[in-house]
Amino acid sequence: MHKPDERGYFGDFGGRWVPEVLVAPLAEVEKAMNEAFGDPTYWEEFHALLSEYVGRPSALTVAHRFGQPRNATIAFKREDLNHTGAHKINNTIGQALLAKRMGKQRLIAETGAGQHGVAVATIGAKLGIPVDVYMGAVDVERQALNVYLMRLLGATVHPVTGGTQTLKDATNEAFRVWAAQCEDTFYVIGSVVGAHPYPFMVREFQRIVCDDGRIQSQGRFGRLPTDIVACVGGGSNALGIFTAFIDDDNVNLWGVEAAGKGTNTAETAAPLAVGSVGVLHGSRSFLLQTAEGQVKPTHSISAGLDYPGVGPEHAYLKQSGRAKYVAVTDDEALAAFHACAASEGIIAALESAHALAYAQQLAKERGEEGLIVVCMSGRGDKDVTQIEKLDGKALVAEVTG
Amino acid sequence: MATLLDDAFAKAKKEDRCALIAYVVAGDPDMETTRAVLDAVVEAGADIIELGVPYGDPLADGPTIAAAGQRALAAGATLENIFRLIPGTKAPVVLFTYVNPVLQYGVEKFALAAKRHGAVGVIVPDVSLEELEPIREAIRKNGLIMPLLISPTTPDERAKKITQTSEGFNYIVSRLGVTGKDAVDVEGLKDHAARVRRMTGFPIAAGFGISKAPQIVAIRDSVDGVIVGSALVEAYASQKGAAAAAAGASRLVRLLRLACKRAAPAAAGAKG
Repeated sequence: MHKPDERGYFGDFGGRWVPEVLVAPLAEVEKAMNEAFGDPTYWEEFHALLSEYVGRPSALTVAHRFGQPRNATIAFKREDLNHTGAHKINNTIGQALLAKRMGKQRLIAETGAGQHGVAVATIGAKLGIPVDVYMGAVDVERQALNVYLMRLLGATVHPVTGGTQTLKDATNEAFRVWAAQCEDTFYVIGSVVGAHPYPFMVREFQRIVCDDGRIQSQGRFGRLPTDIVACVGGGSNALGIFTAFIDDDNVNLWGVEAAGKGTNTAETAAPLAVGSVGVLHGSRSFLLQTAEGQVKPTHSISAGLDYPGVGPEHAYLKQSGRAKYVAVTDDEALAAFHACAASEGIIAALESAHALAYAQQLAKERGEEGLIVVCMSGRGDKDVTQIEKLDGKALVAEVTG
Repeated sequence: MATLLDDAFAKAKKEDRCALIAYVVAGDPDMETTRAVLDAVVEAGADIIELGVPYGDPLADGPTIAAAGQRALAAGATLENIFRLIPGTKAPVVLFTYVNPVLQYGVEKFALAAKRHGAVGVIVPDVSLEELEPIREAIRKNGLIMPLLISPTTPDERAKKITQTSEGFNYIVSRLGVTGKDAVDVEGLKDHAARVRRMTGFPIAAGFGISKAPQIVAIRDSVDGVIVGSALVEAYASQKGAAAAAAGASRLVRLLRLACKRAAPAAAGAKG
């Protein structure tokens, strides 16, 4: 499966479950996307920005000390080295160029932790297109640094006070604003979620991660990896690094969800592990929901994984068995974050730390032939104040306990 | 299939007015209040009730209805007790629900329960024409109808297809965007209604942004019904207690119902 069917389905998942008022704008995006994807000049501009502005290809770094003792090799695909510090920019450049081609005057976006918002604000500034970002009021509070960055980049940040005031509500609000203003506005979705064509389109922009990763693996090791490990919130960095390996049956694909305080608790964010099939934000996929079909609140230490749904293609890859999905707790991710900082000199994003935690475990099971590539989806500068607080608490507990 | 909805539209037509469809969020702020509001609204002249199933992530709704849904959910509204509001309601009831609660409850089971409690139809705003069929089949099999929405941006070909599939009435969305009390471009809405009118002989009702008597006066000759939601929610939600909520809702509905009556000269064309 490389493309969804014409209705936007990956197997049983995806589609266009939206109010009628959003059907025409989605169809307009789909049509423009199909035209752009068939136009070499569009891709030339995309790749030129990725190389000259983002600094691609990002490095593939062998991790010599992380997770020792082990026999397997671990390498990091360094999306954290991209301009703006994460894979998010690959997607926002693709969508912003499409918006420009369509003659749209404004970009809107949802954001949770603020990484996607910053990536949209960045390309908006670069291309001279005004940007409005919708962000849950709770997230605005806890991600003050990224809010400030977006403002520095000229974007307007709108706090969303409805619902749980987090990413899912920011996404609802962005859809509503788009419904009202679609004539001159392009909605830049931040992950492989939403109604068709977004899950496919975002994947096509993110697959640059594995397109260059595949070449690097062959160049550096003379072979393909045995295992690819990536964290999954909505799942864009994971599909980014999975896609070119889908037909390589001997490359194992691992998606790592956020277990939060444990998948057996209510404080989790792992729909593929413990959710069920439903409809959220325009597509049919797995989500965390009540028996009455209400979307559940989620928890993860990592704001970027703190989302009740997951991209429909991941639901498909889970169902088909092509990719395997596991979950890593807050504590395991935090331990991997520290281990990576101390052993490799890399401050990983807490999202990526989930992938690191599982890779560490996997490396112990693999022999010398094991070659595990971890998607280092972002850098962790944004997380250091949160980690300082967490460590502060732990230190206090140690002293008083 | 002929239903109580047809009767309601026929009665309004006979009385030379557009039908008034009142949208109420079930369980906001509790079931007792909703019961009182429904009774008052019907008594005040609403022809049809759209009973909103509260949902936490309502993509088609503005802040007023979204907040009402949150209140209802916080108070513990469930489908089972929402269904129980239907039998005592003395006007045809159409349920308005997002698709995910229906999918989780089970489409068949939902349709069966809705029918058994006396609902006439179900509006599911986030099921596009492309996703409609299996759901519509289960709904129809149980003797319920599904009115569909047409947006100002719906292209003609697609709008035609929707009018051919929609049952009961055609729900025309007054403007781009979501439900709420923001302004509606009356001339644009008239054009939209006329466009749909050319495609279908079935009734047309306009919703999203219809909140005031003067708006209804301006469009009543162009449509067969108007749907009032956010304004009604505000009218009862601003009151304390079930009795005051019912009185608030009643006042608004009486006023709007007066506006539905077509003036004699302007009605000449609409009488047909």
